[in-house]
Amino acid sequence: MIRFEPRGPSSVSRMLGVSIAAALAALLLAAIPMAFAGLSVFEGYSLMVKGAFGSLFAFTEMLTRATPLILTGLAAAVAFRAKLWNIGAEGQLYAGALAAVAVGTGVISAPPYILIPLVVLAGALAGGLVMLGPTLLKTRLGVDEVVTTLLLNFIILLFVQMMLEGPMKDPMGMGWPQSEPILDAAALPKLMDRMRIHWGLVIALVSSLGVYFLLKRTIWGFEIRAVGENAAAARHAGIPVTATFIRVGLLSGALAGLAGVGEVAGLKGYLTADLSPGFGYSGIVVAMLAGLSPAGVVLAALFIASIFVGADSMSRATGVSNYLADLIVAMALLCVLVSGLFLRFKIRFVGSQTNKEAAE
Amino acid sequence: MAGLAQDAGVVLRLDGITKRFGALTANGDVSLDLKRGEILALLGENGAGKTTLMNILFGHYVADEGRVMVSPDGTGLSELEPGSPHAALQAGIGMVHQHFTLAENLSALDNILLGTERLAALSSSRAPARRKLEELMARSGLTVSLDARISQLSVGEKQRVEILKALYRDARVLVLDEPTAVLTPQESDTLFATLKKLSDDGLGIIFISHKLAEVLASSHRVAVLRGGRKVADLPTAECDRRKLAELMVGHAIVETMRSPGTPGAPLFVLEKASAGQGRDALREVDLTLKSGEILGIAGVSGNGQTTLARVISGLEPLSSGSMTLEGKGVGQTSARTMIDSGLARIPEDRHHDGIVGAMSVSENLAIEAIRKPENQRLGLLRFSAMRERARNLIKAYDIRCQSEDSPARLLSGGNIQKIVLARTLETVPKVVLAAQPSRGLDVGATSDVHKRLLAARDRGAGVILISEDLDELMRLSDRIAVIHRGHLSEAEASETLDRGSLGLRMAGHSTEDAA
Repeated sequence: MIRFEPRGPSSVSRMLGVSIAAALAALLLAAIPMAFAGLSVFEGYSLMVKGAFGSLFAFTEMLTRATPLILTGLAAAVAFRAKLWNIGAEGQLYAGALAAVAVGTGVISAPPYILIPLVVLAGALAGGLVMLGPTLLKTRLGVDEVVTTLLLNFIILLFVQMMLEGPMKDPMGMGWPQSEPILDAAALPKLMDRMRIHWGLVIALVSSLGVYFLLKRTIWGFEIRAVGENAAAARHAGIPVTATFIRVGLLSGALAGLAGVGEVAGLKGYLTADLSPGFGYSGIVVAMLAGLSPAGVVLAALFIASIFVGADSMSRATGVSNYLADLIVAMALLCVLVSGLFLRFKIRFVGSQTNKEAAE
Repeated sequence: MAGLAQDAGVVLRLDGITKRFGALTANGDVSLDLKRGEILALLGENGAGKTTLMNILFGHYVADEGRVMVSPDGTGLSELEPGSPHAALQAGIGMVHQHFTLAENLSALDNILLGTERLAALSSSRAPARRKLEELMARSGLTVSLDARISQLSVGEKQRVEILKALYRDARVLVLDEPTAVLTPQESDTLFATLKKLSDDGLGIIFISHKLAEVLASSHRVAVLRGGRKVADLPTAECDRRKLAELMVGHAIVETMRSPGTPGAPLFVLEKASAGQGRDALREVDLTLKSGEILGIAGVSGNGQTTLARVISGLEPLSSGSMTLEGKGVGQTSARTMIDSGLARIPEDRHHDGIVGAMSVSENLAIEAIRKPENQRLGLLRFSAMRERARNLIKAYDIRCQSEDSPARLLSGGNIQKIVLARTLETVPKVVLAAQPSRGLDVGATSDVHKRLLAARDRGAGVILISEDLDELMRLSDRIAVIHRGHLSEAEASETLDRGSLGLRMAGHSTEDAA
């Protein structure tokens, strides 16, 4: 039989090792359906690697895909650190995108150095405000934020669809439910010619540094960690628990909102209801894979993005469905959750004769 | 090894039990015999390995080395299958845990029968079971109302249900883990009278304790554990208080003695203060704490002391009444305002409310003052200043830890309490609230806590000491009030009180009855 024995604190290297092992295990497990699809596993994975890293274009595509994942990953990580379970990054992303479009499609005309920050700010603010509701419901009335944030995703998506069919519909859009295009003066500039990679990546990386600094070096970060690790003791020690939750909620929502800004103002140029293929949900996987560390979020987002981009490319080359990417990502999350067990416990196998009674 | 002749009457034998948890040896080569009709006290400090040993006996843990022998039918000893509570029950071992294992929403009878009936039986026949139990109750004096729901029973009654549960399963050995922790002195006396009667009927009893008085009064034999090893095993008649204490701690101990305090002006006042609801509510409590005194609050747990502590800690608002510090109202409840007005609070559950286990010792030392200029500048933490202050406090309060950066949860209970003491007393508070400050601490750490509280009093602070330990209250307090069902009695000078009258009041008798 198996016995679990509690372990001491985990070192950074062990946490990193476990995350990498979980990612590898996910890849190994995904090899099974890949083989069933009639693809040689080696060929499949080499196509995926080529698809994500094989050329400058592939590499920048991967980075472009990682951009929103870093931001939604940070949104989840910072909230989960305070044990505020924000499952609503998807909705906050759309709210951010909607606000960016509202500000950036001609309502205000200004030079880029004014308009771009305005668009970014509007998106962050919208995302934060969306998260404010569930946070207040939690702190005031004890409403479970998992339920409220999750359900808000659908409400916001339907709201976006309504806006795109109605007041915000592009009159020049030939009847498609899409917004007017973002003004050139409001669009995030590209980082490289003829590539899709844009300044959203810089925003994401700076945000990651910012969250790292916030958690590590500031009072607010101290309070977030204290509330997340032991809210009762934090309250007893005079830390403003409610205010901390509200701050974390605003920050988390704002980060997810920024992801929406990047997608709409950096990549697509206009808003449609299929802007995000679930970046908000994938952000949760990113955060878990990263062990909720801001630096880890960047690495985990790159990993997940290369799986997505690589699988797309493999799918085009072989005809195997790119659902495989979703499968690997889901496996990675499961493997990380299981690996948490290895971080907390030492697992020992002991002789089975001690447990005869239980087996009878 | 023991010959056959010595086995006579032995109902239980632990033979060379060793149990390790990682680097920690919880039990090292412990051997123990229990005879029929004997009451054995297992004495030891917190962390001495008492509970681990009993958990091995009952099959919750498997020993790394050694074996448990039982005599199921009163004849020869045979080895008990390790790791199986079921086998332990079959062999006639009954265990009463410190935290009861009763289903609150079922009746006492249901709880006793739970697990003894066959799953496949179509109907359960209660009449024979009830007859057997009534006979048991009549013989042992353990009376409870079998049809009452557990949630309606008092703590003492719940304990009786637990014991009946073991007896109903024909236990020949009964193990009780810290049975008096939750009882009033009177209830404890009743319990020990019952145990005496049961042992006269042939039951072998082991009770775990760290209270010297009850061990001396109620056991036939004492086994002392220290650091996981058995350091003594001798007839109680050959022991005295001092000898047992020294065996338990490993060195001679000096108990903290209080010199009379010099109380000053009233400092902290509660007037007709009510808060909370249900069993633990506070009802129209009047309390006046003077500077330079320790005011003890005695009571059986669950009578409102938790709510009282939460109110004074700023965690729970008063529903009516007032709270003033130096004449100024501090009714506005938040922990922050309490800290800022000069209240030091030592929480009852130090792991749950006292520290953030995942954060470092230095962060835990700074947590109450994290927004003070010494810990931050423009919102940025001043780590080196925090660390340096932590190093000084670690030295001054003798906090045993690897470094100021180790996570606080790795520290022992005593050292965690020292973190709480260091960060609260360092601010030179006007009022100190100490809720169960020595609960679960060993003798050394307890005496340290006591010295700190007395030192705070001597420099003029008012100390409110909430405790369930009468010895601690009598030793430290200048005045003692008793809390019962949320009502607080008038505080009286501790010299005029004795354990008996306090115990009666804790059980709810009025002052006149007690006098």
